[in-house]
Amino acid sequence: MTTFVNLTLGGLSSGAVYAALGLSLVIIYRATRVVNFAQPALALISSYLAYSVTKGTGSYWLGFVAAIVAGTLLGVVVERLIIRPLRHAGELSAIIATLGLLLLLQAVAGMIWSNEPHAFAYAFDFRGRFSPSDLFAVLAVVVAATGVLLLFKFTPLGLRLRATAFNPEVAKLVGVRVGAMLTVGWGLAAGVGSLAGLLATPPFIFPTVLDEVFVYALTAAVLGGLDNPLGTIVGGLVLGIGLSYVSGLLGAELVPLAALAILVAVLAVRPSGLFGRATARRV
Amino acid sequence: MLEINGVTAAYGLVRALSEVTLTVEEGSITAILGANGAGKTTLLRTISGLVRASAGTITAFGEDITALPTDRIARLGVAHVPEGGGVIPELTVEENLRLGALWRTDRADRAAAMGEVLELFPPLAPRRTKAAGTLSGGERQMLAIGRGLMGRPRLLLLDEPSLGLAPMVSAKIMGVLRSLRADTGLTVLLVEQNARSALSISDRGFVLALGRVVAADSADALLADDQLRHAYLGF
Amino acid sequence: MTTKLPPLVLHLLAALGCLVLLVLLTLVTDPFTNLRIATVGYYLIAVAGLALLTGFNGQVSLGHGAFMFIGAYTVALLVKRVPAFPIWADLLLAVLAGGLAGLLAGAAAARLHGPYLAGATLALAVGLPAVTQRFPDLFAGSNGLSFTVNSQPAGLVGVVPPTRWQSWIVWLSVLLALVVLANLARGRLGRTLRAVRDDEVAASLAGVHVGRTKILAFLVSSACGGLAGGLQAFLLGTAAPGSFTPALSLSLLAALVLGGLGSLWGALWGAIALVYFQVWTDDFAELLSLRSDIADNLPLALYGVVLIVTVLAFPAGIQGGVRKLWVRVRRPAPSQRGES
Repeated sequence: MTTFVNLTLGGLSSGAVYAALGLSLVIIYRATRVVNFAQPALALISSYLAYSVTKGTGSYWLGFVAAIVAGTLLGVVVERLIIRPLRHAGELSAIIATLGLLLLLQAVAGMIWSNEPHAFAYAFDFRGRFSPSDLFAVLAVVVAATGVLLLFKFTPLGLRLRATAFNPEVAKLVGVRVGAMLTVGWGLAAGVGSLAGLLATPPFIFPTVLDEVFVYALTAAVLGGLDNPLGTIVGGLVLGIGLSYVSGLLGAELVPLAALAILVAVLAVRPSGLFGRATARRV
Repeated sequence: MLEINGVTAAYGLVRALSEVTLTVEEGSITAILGANGAGKTTLLRTISGLVRASAGTITAFGEDITALPTDRIARLGVAHVPEGGGVIPELTVEENLRLGALWRTDRADRAAAMGEVLELFPPLAPRRTKAAGTLSGGERQMLAIGRGLMGRPRLLLLDEPSLGLAPMVSAKIMGVLRSLRADTGLTVLLVEQNARSALSISDRGFVLALGRVVAADSADALLADDQLRHAYLGF
Repeated sequence: MTTKLPPLVLHLLAALGCLVLLVLLTLVTDPFTNLRIATVGYYLIAVAGLALLTGFNGQVSLGHGAFMFIGAYTVALLVKRVPAFPIWADLLLAVLAGGLAGLLAGAAAARLHGPYLAGATLALAVGLPAVTQRFPDLFAGSNGLSFTVNSQPAGLVGVVPPTRWQSWIVWLSVLLALVVLANLARGRLGRTLRAVRDDEVAASLAGVHVGRTKILAFLVSSACGGLAGGLQAFLLGTAAPGSFTPALSLSLLAALVLGGLGSLWGALWGAIALVYFQVWTDDFAELLSLRSDIADNLPLALYGVVLIVTVLAFPAGIQGGVRKLWVRVRRPAPSQRGES
């Protein structure tokens, strides 16, 4: 029984991280129909900045804030420089461009901070089962996700963002600055992604540290339905807990296979994810 | 109010509008008529900036809007209700309406506009919190026009508001337009295939054929011109 | 062109010509270059297979490394467990294994669209190599399987260096597979694949069985992946999970876009880029005697930049440029005026 509780709690904190990174993918996917493969690299750069700021100032929280601000700005810059010119290009173009950015940013991180791992601090004590750090991870994601969902649902900005995502042409016709909304969306998503990165990075930081988390976050987003933020959060938590059981009861080496099996099983029944809308034909 | 001067527009190599010139008087209802593919929708899309004119100028409220982005044109007070309404089915009825007034800074007036629209289209009021996707065709069209009115536009562009609607519903919508013009002095540019019903509420009409204006006259004169009716309007 | 030979004969003649050229090329280069030439070969067939799936049929796969993984382990296991089999049988079985896996993957994927397919195939690339950890006795865990293949006829041992011989085998297999691919691409299947890519509804109205076509594309494409993996194992004498990371799958796709999506020629440029980009940037970094942090990451950074620039500025890839050049060479503009 205790094993079961332990595994559930352990899965909850990693699931929260998948959910947060998945959420950042969904915000972007909804708005621009692009899966942002550069997301782990954006989060990586912010984590490295947190590392440097924390090292320079001695304050974890200064690094934390710097990372989120920097991540948001990076998202904005990426949308303006790379994604916007590709607006009318095919789906594959955006995939390749964000993959290229992933390679570039990981390499740049390695050039600046070296490929060797550095120790990266937890926010709080990380020892024991469901440590303060785990609790912080879950709470931080809950706060961020709630914030994003409330923003979408109840603010004028959120309404503009949703209108842009669902029907950009109509959004323009009612006076929404669609371009600006896309930029805001990318900034918002990259900010959430940076938070996920900060939570997922410890104990060590190195250029490919977030790759694995990203794969599970994408799995979570696909599970939940790529255009459904709430579904993705549920998907992330379910995946985190499910993989924690697999790892604890069957062996850690099976985790990637289990993720694949869960994904295949869900997509076989629901090709647009658990909570996704049936994809309308886009002409 | 709205002056279109020698406007030409094309999709790729296909020319959809050829040197179209027309004027819409303030406080009038003007009908754009013509067969399918005559360029009516393109004309509206060119006015609201969704399609770029390759030649000619468009002036609204004394300002050259030919090259302005669509959202700027909307914020000048041009409300374009596209073909089919362009209601966003994932949003609630109320959110769709609020969307129409988001750009206006006067909060109190936005609430007032909501009240007026719901009064104008009573079927919408009890469905405020429902997803717009659950509405019937007629209700959707009301919602679309209501959203256009939320911004208190000076010029309303309507693309086939009666398309696919039962005659009674479409008559109701035409009635609303007529009373709006009478009460608020709203200027309407109305694209319709159903020429008879459009002309019944219009002051003037323009007939498009293959992207050119082939006739321009008062609504009564157009209704009386048998030859024109047979040739272009099909009734 | 005045010849009216059927495409198959043309393709076979072209393949024969290429093989002769490649053999000559390996004769005048050192073993190290021979190895690289062979590496280009197996990447070529992997990327060409992906071209059929992604370029012709529009299904984006982020997991093609998984099929190479299957091919590589098929060859490795056969060499170790059934040493009596000749290498060509091992490779043939690698093709079959890859194709079978592709059949299953394609059947699972046929209903998936765009990013859902991309996500699922990426999970495949991450998940499948984990099998080696689960069955360490069979697959030898993360160390992988090492073996030696004695494929050289007795008469040639000592006459032809082993790498040179291996690169011949690799290219012979690759060219044969390319002939098959080229015929498929030019024939009815090619048209059907494109029709499904361009508009599934229209294609099905025209009588195309959309699901079956998509599965078939997956099958052919992953059979190529299986061959590529098998050839890699044959060439390197190892099959280890570390060679089949998601990064491999992603670089195959990147190579395809870089080379040019629309034709099999693009796969060639992509495969060359995949192998030689690393080599050139390494040389370049060495030339500038950069710090190791920078030198180690330079190839990756440049590859990233090249991908971004390709997509933004040259969406038709290298083959797009080549085609433009070719047209200009063949039909020189009648007058220079008006040419920009």
